[in-house]
Amino acid sequence: MIHSLFLINHSGDIFLEKHWKSVISRSVCDYFFEVKEKAVDPENVPPVLQTPHHYLISIYRGKLFFLSVVQTEVPPLFVIEFLHRVADTFQDYFGECSEGVIKDNLVTVYELLEEMLDNGFPLATESNVLKEMIRPPNILRSVVNTLTGGSNVGDTLPTGQLSNVPWRRAGVKYTNNEAYFDVVEEIDAILDKSGTTVFAEIQGVVEACVRLTGMPDLTLSFMNPRLLDDMSFHPCVRFKRWESERVLSFIPPDGNFTLMTYHVSSQNLVAIPVYVKQNINFFETGSCGRLDITIGPKQNMGKTVEGLMVTIHMPKVVLSANLTATQGNYTYDLTTKVLVWDIGKLNPQKLPNLRGSLSMQAGAPKPEENPSLNIDLKIQQLAISGLKVSRLDMYGEKYKPFKGVKYLTKAGKFQVRT
Amino acid sequence: MTTMQKLLQLPVNAVNIVKTVQSQVQGQEEDKSPVLTPDSGQHSWYNALQPDELRHLRSGGTGGGGGGGGDQEERAPLEEGGGGGSSGGTFQTQPLRHDDLKEMLDSNKDSLKLEAMKRIVAMIARGKNASDLFPAVVKNVACKNIEVKKLVYVYLVRYAEEQQDLALLSISTFQRGLKDPNQLIRASALRVLSSIRVTIIVPIMMLAIKEAASDMSPYVRKTAAHAIPKLYSLDPEQKDQLIEVIEKLLADKTTLVAGSVVMAFEEVCPERIDLIHKNYRKLCNLLIDVEEWGQVVIINMLTRYARTQFLNPNINESLLEEGGGGEKTFYGSDEDEDEDEEEKEKKAEVAAMAKRKPYVMDPDHRLLLRNTKPLLQSRNAAVVMAVAQLYFHLAPKAEVGVIAKALVRLLRSHSEVQYVVLQNVATMTIKRRGMFEPYLKSFYIRSTDPTQIKVLKLEVLTNLANETNISTILREFQTYIKSMDKDFVAATIQAIGRCATNIGEVRDTCLNGLVQLLSNRDELVVAESVVVIKKLLQMQPEKHSDIIKHMAKLTDNIQVPMARASILWLIGEYCEHVPKIAPDVLRKMAKSFTNEEDIVKLQIINLAAKLYLTNSKQTKLLTQYVLNLAKYDQNYDIRDRARFIRQLIVPTEKSGALSKYAKKLFLALKPAPVLESPFKDRDHFQLGSLSHLLNAKAGGYQELPDWPEAAPDPSVRNVEVKESVFTLLERVTTLTSVPEWTKCSSREKRKEKKVEKPFYSDSEGESGPTESADSESDSASGSESGSGSEESGSGSESEESEEGSESEEEEEEEEEKDKKKKKKELKKPVPETESEQSSEEEDRKIKRKSKQRKSDSESESDEDEESESESSQSESEDSESEIEVKKKKKTAEMKPPSKPVKKETKKEKKEMSLLDLDDFEPAPSPQVTPVNTFLSNSLVTDLEGLSLSDSVLSPATIAPSSVLKNYELLHRITGEGLSVEYCFSRQPFSPDANMVAVQMQFTNSATSDTKNLHMEDVKLQSGMRVKEFPEIELLSAGETAMAVMGIDFCDSTQAANFQLCTHTRKFFVSIQPPVGELMRPIFLTENEFKKEQGQLMGMNEITEKLTLDAKCRNEHAIVQRVTTAANLSRVPCGSDKECSPPVPPPDHPVYRFAGRTVTSSSLVLVTVATKEEGAAQLTVNCEKMVIGTMLVKDILLALTQ
Repeated sequence: MIHSLFLINHSGDIFLEKHWKSVISRSVCDYFFEVKEKAVDPENVPPVLQTPHHYLISIYRGKLFFLSVVQTEVPPLFVIEFLHRVADTFQDYFGECSEGVIKDNLVTVYELLEEMLDNGFPLATESNVLKEMIRPPNILRSVVNTLTGGSNVGDTLPTGQLSNVPWRRAGVKYTNNEAYFDVVEEIDAILDKSGTTVFAEIQGVVEACVRLTGMPDLTLSFMNPRLLDDMSFHPCVRFKRWESERVLSFIPPDGNFTLMTYHVSSQNLVAIPVYVKQNINFFETGSCGRLDITIGPKQNMGKTVEGLMVTIHMPKVVLSANLTATQGNYTYDLTTKVLVWDIGKLNPQKLPNLRGSLSMQAGAPKPEENPSLNIDLKIQQLAISGLKVSRLDMYGEKYKPFKGVKYLTKAGKFQVRT
Repeated sequence: MTTMQKLLQLPVNAVNIVKTVQSQVQGQEEDKSPVLTPDSGQHSWYNALQPDELRHLRSGGTGGGGGGGGDQEERAPLEEGGGGGSSGGTFQTQPLRHDDLKEMLDSNKDSLKLEAMKRIVAMIARGKNASDLFPAVVKNVACKNIEVKKLVYVYLVRYAEEQQDLALLSISTFQRGLKDPNQLIRASALRVLSSIRVTIIVPIMMLAIKEAASDMSPYVRKTAAHAIPKLYSLDPEQKDQLIEVIEKLLADKTTLVAGSVVMAFEEVCPERIDLIHKNYRKLCNLLIDVEEWGQVVIINMLTRYARTQFLNPNINESLLEEGGGGEKTFYGSDEDEDEDEEEKEKKAEVAAMAKRKPYVMDPDHRLLLRNTKPLLQSRNAAVVMAVAQLYFHLAPKAEVGVIAKALVRLLRSHSEVQYVVLQNVATMTIKRRGMFEPYLKSFYIRSTDPTQIKVLKLEVLTNLANETNISTILREFQTYIKSMDKDFVAATIQAIGRCATNIGEVRDTCLNGLVQLLSNRDELVVAESVVVIKKLLQMQPEKHSDIIKHMAKLTDNIQVPMARASILWLIGEYCEHVPKIAPDVLRKMAKSFTNEEDIVKLQIINLAAKLYLTNSKQTKLLTQYVLNLAKYDQNYDIRDRARFIRQLIVPTEKSGALSKYAKKLFLALKPAPVLESPFKDRDHFQLGSLSHLLNAKAGGYQELPDWPEAAPDPSVRNVEVKESVFTLLERVTTLTSVPEWTKCSSREKRKEKKVEKPFYSDSEGESGPTESADSESDSASGSESGSGSEESGSGSESEESEEGSESEEEEEEEEEKDKKKKKKELKKPVPETESEQSSEEEDRKIKRKSKQRKSDSESESDEDEESESESSQSESEDSESEIEVKKKKKTAEMKPPSKPVKKETKKEKKEMSLLDLDDFEPAPSPQVTPVNTFLSNSLVTDLEGLSLSDSVLSPATIAPSSVLKNYELLHRITGEGLSVEYCFSRQPFSPDANMVAVQMQFTNSATSDTKNLHMEDVKLQSGMRVKEFPEIELLSAGETAMAVMGIDFCDSTQAANFQLCTHTRKFFVSIQPPVGELMRPIFLTENEFKKEQGQLMGMNEITEKLTLDAKCRNEHAIVQRVTTAANLSRVPCGSDKECSPPVPPPDHPVYRFAGRTVTSSSLVLVTVATKEEGAAQLTVNCEKMVIGTMLVKDILLALTQ
């Protein structure tokens, strides 16, 4: 299946290569570079490329390209999903997935890759299993290792691979037993000029951080599970139980994991927490324009909107912006033509406003389209869909765990057309 | 050797020394040594530095390497180092540093070894050559330190291929590892051994794999499965032996092995589909517990398998379409013409056959669909895609819809995932548009999407466009046109063009919009619009001469060649519509001819020729001028064209017969172009595959086979096991069993069968969820499958369990097939009345009945068991699922029934529930009728058995029609003259006994006729079903018509909502039943009543005190009021023979009523005990507490008012 993997940084240097079958020359990447040159934007490089003898399947994560070489038919999503899993694992191990961090931990990375694929077929992709085999680096251990010559390879054998709950390692022990769940919802919306909703839906995810001793069997139930329209589960969730009783029953992996993702469809009315009044004008003459944006609270269920931020990709002809903000501050990046207005907390008494003039390149025609506004926001302690966790029960272990649920609403792809 | 190196300090020597160690065999290695020389030096220079310094240096080095990475040889990295252009000054010190590493490896300290190995692995990771360290590294293969060992393995796997002889030194270590008591060590030894690509050890590998394939540990067996493709790629001649191993591993029952072995199967012998037969059902059942990656591989393989083994589930639907177009409204209406034709061809082929033999979905086919469905909820996009493609390729049309939601969910994922998913969705939307229509808005485009995603979404939106949603889509497109992303704008214009050609209604709107774009400032937009307008105009040029004129003017401004060429072509083609402008345009073009692009030049020649033919007076000279210019053009195409046209149009003596036809040649009517999606017909590639994405066959792609015309023998999937306890070889019905049914063999055999454990019992612990999955999804799939087939989803017959030994079975097989045929003939949808029903069928029924009785369970009160026998008694010759086998075991152990009467009543509903599956049949299935006869027969016997003396209890009096209450469904005013009333007729609904019959009365009080009264768009709560009333073709003014429909309310008072449609209007209406209508009367004697009541105490009993209404204190009034409120029958009091000596009617009589709920047949017992002065006590006993509570309220109301 997957023949080789190349990690390529933003400027086009191959800084890691791994082959699972016989070696393929890195010159195969030249085809990729050629396309990349043409695509200008790294996001526009097609993920699947055909070369005379190979197929190149790549993903772009954290300013890095993960480029895999495939020789025969394989479902492209299989490879893409796997590459993302590799990136996730790096993130999990090293805290971030960047060139520097990978170069620092080259050997660990190589060992991980060796374990994750066997002859190009995924072998161990569960982070719990991997962590048993190859311990993630931490400062204390690296100090000890350099002194004693110890290793970061686990000396116990990974039994997780053998069990029928491969996602959980055996013999977990904690002094403080705790289980935290974060219900995070993102509002995806497109609003048109007049502020009416063209399209809105809610994407939610239940992130869990479970540190429990032994083999606990958890049941998480919701007050209103019927809200959920479509969901996907971590493999640990017993699907049938959900189908019949609408409760999440699972033996959790150890540590952080995504329990489920869900979708609340646009059929249910989606509350839009803020409204935007905007007026962006470019004048035919004088090569200048006006901008006036006000944001106010709409349906936010009595909670404060925080972390409010407006991002505008200005047309190329806009040279500079001379604006005043009643709250927060703005920056205009001259090279990328991105205007960012960081507002912070939304004060309903005094609505934040940004207004002023834009100066354009002299002589250039006025841009046809007004740029759309991308809005970022956060609301703590609120799941905008109204989803509520009703209870968490634990079976199979005797101790009493500490349980906690947190809600958070964020703006996802929240766009206002102008 | 080290000292010597130090002395010489020359890299060449270092290499040569390594060579001598490696023995002389590797002559080929020698050839490369010049290349090696400078390179190896380069590496050692790096290695000598401290790790952190190293990083900086390395990044510089790789930068150079990456830039110059054009080297083609396999040993590319070797040259690269040199090419990297690092300074030569370090050369002298290199060998020394290299030594360093070797020394470290040779040391006794593990920490030093580890450090050295880490550096070496880092070299490998960066693509640097470290092959010259091979001898030093390979020595450490037996090192005790695990990490050193692991890193040595990494090194070995990377370089063994290049240094085969030295690699052999390590083999014995692995061979020892293969015998280790620890399974993980055995596995890892096998893994490394098989990863070493050295041809000499092929026999050793083969042996190791064979041994590991029968290892105790599933993990080792998994590793063995992984090793198979490795060995195969090393030596394809081992194929036969490897297939044997694969066959063995395929039989493995653990989830751990399943994915890996199917992977091996796909790589080594994908053509050996026969190996799958015996494992098919097992794979289906294990699927949900296999790890994600294995799931993808298995699902893809099973898709191909199913295509070879089962019949096309959509055969019948295409038939239906042909006949009545019933399905068309769903998905079919918008399908491409081609497809229709294709289908017609197919239809023609199968029509004759299929008409005789209705499509029956193979239970194995159903099993696959059922077991893959939950995986749509997987977090892994690849799994979701795999299931989606399986459903797309295998599921009946009506069921494919379930995948849409999951695919839309993937659109939230990473952009690469979106890219692949959208490509597949685009292909799907062409064949099955309806599926994605509800999700239209999910494909709306955001300005922040990458262009490639935008274009794909646009493609999907265009495919989804139809008459109803086109206006929203066009509005959306309008915002896209203003985008700053010009490639995307161009694609949008193309999309508008396609919508316009496909949907006639909006053609003019689109055209107008596009014409407006012609005045856009951006030239690319204008150009693209011109091209699209040209295509649109071709459809109806006469109407749009003004647009053509407008475009002619554009030639002054537009510089984009394609657009210019398009305009010129348009003017030439329709020069008669613009007779004045055309010559002028030619004049201008002639002026600028030499500066034009080639395509424009060609079109100028074309234009000239056409004008010459139509208007030679004005344009003769111009044409000649243009042709002369073209004659000396640099491009030979243009020269040729000019020469050719001159000969054709300018008459000379030499010109042949052709010139006479010049006009016909040039001005022939040209068909308008069909704007097609680039994704059309891509679905001949298996969706989700690389080949589909590239629209080209990738290496190793396995074609998706066409459906077979006749299904191959399904019995090949039956699994045989040896029973050690019984010497007989018996066929085990693991999940689904043989479609044959045999006559009952000896009683003894049956018993054996019952004791038999289910095949997978040993893996039960592991695959717990799977099995529960089955049992739970069973009921759900029953209703789903109903649409697809007559018999699918239903269990097997009871005879199944009585199947004889294998040999016997084979003998009988032919006979059985005959029977099957007969059966099918019987089932032909010819509406039969009871009397017409074939006697044979009846015989069989009776036979079965008696058998059933034997195996029926004793504990009737147990709901579960009831349902069990329900399934095991089913009609179909198909088979059953695993649970059912188990159930059968249970039931079979039961004693023969002690109370035939109850049995019969129970059987009523058993038989009926089986019929649920038929309710999608267009015509009332003939199966229904016989059952009814059977039913009524049994009723009669029941009654006889009871020897009733009280005539009050005769069925006719149960539901007096006079008490029927009419409800209004549609008022005359809202219905615009049409009024509809309905009542619950309390007659058994003959097509399906689980339904409540609703009698509807339509009155047309309008002045005009109402036509085509029918139902549409039924919206139901889950579990509810509706049997629609037959369409009323014509209801003339002032007339009244009756119709009966059946509704299965699932024992709830939730309303059934639907649309009542006439030829002109649609009305939303709903029917909500009073709780009393959800039951049907049954006969109970007083004793039986009391006994049943005794079992329904506590929670199931509700008691209320009341004061009877003044008018309602006599027996008749009470009975009438209760029976009006609820469809119950009165229990005769005191008339029972078994009763103690008849007593005179007491002063305060007690009235009892009994019934059962329609769907679940739960008992409903009502007691009204009267007391002095109108006081009374009402008691309701019902298994369903909700029904009980509601019923109490209703009866209370009826008695007190």
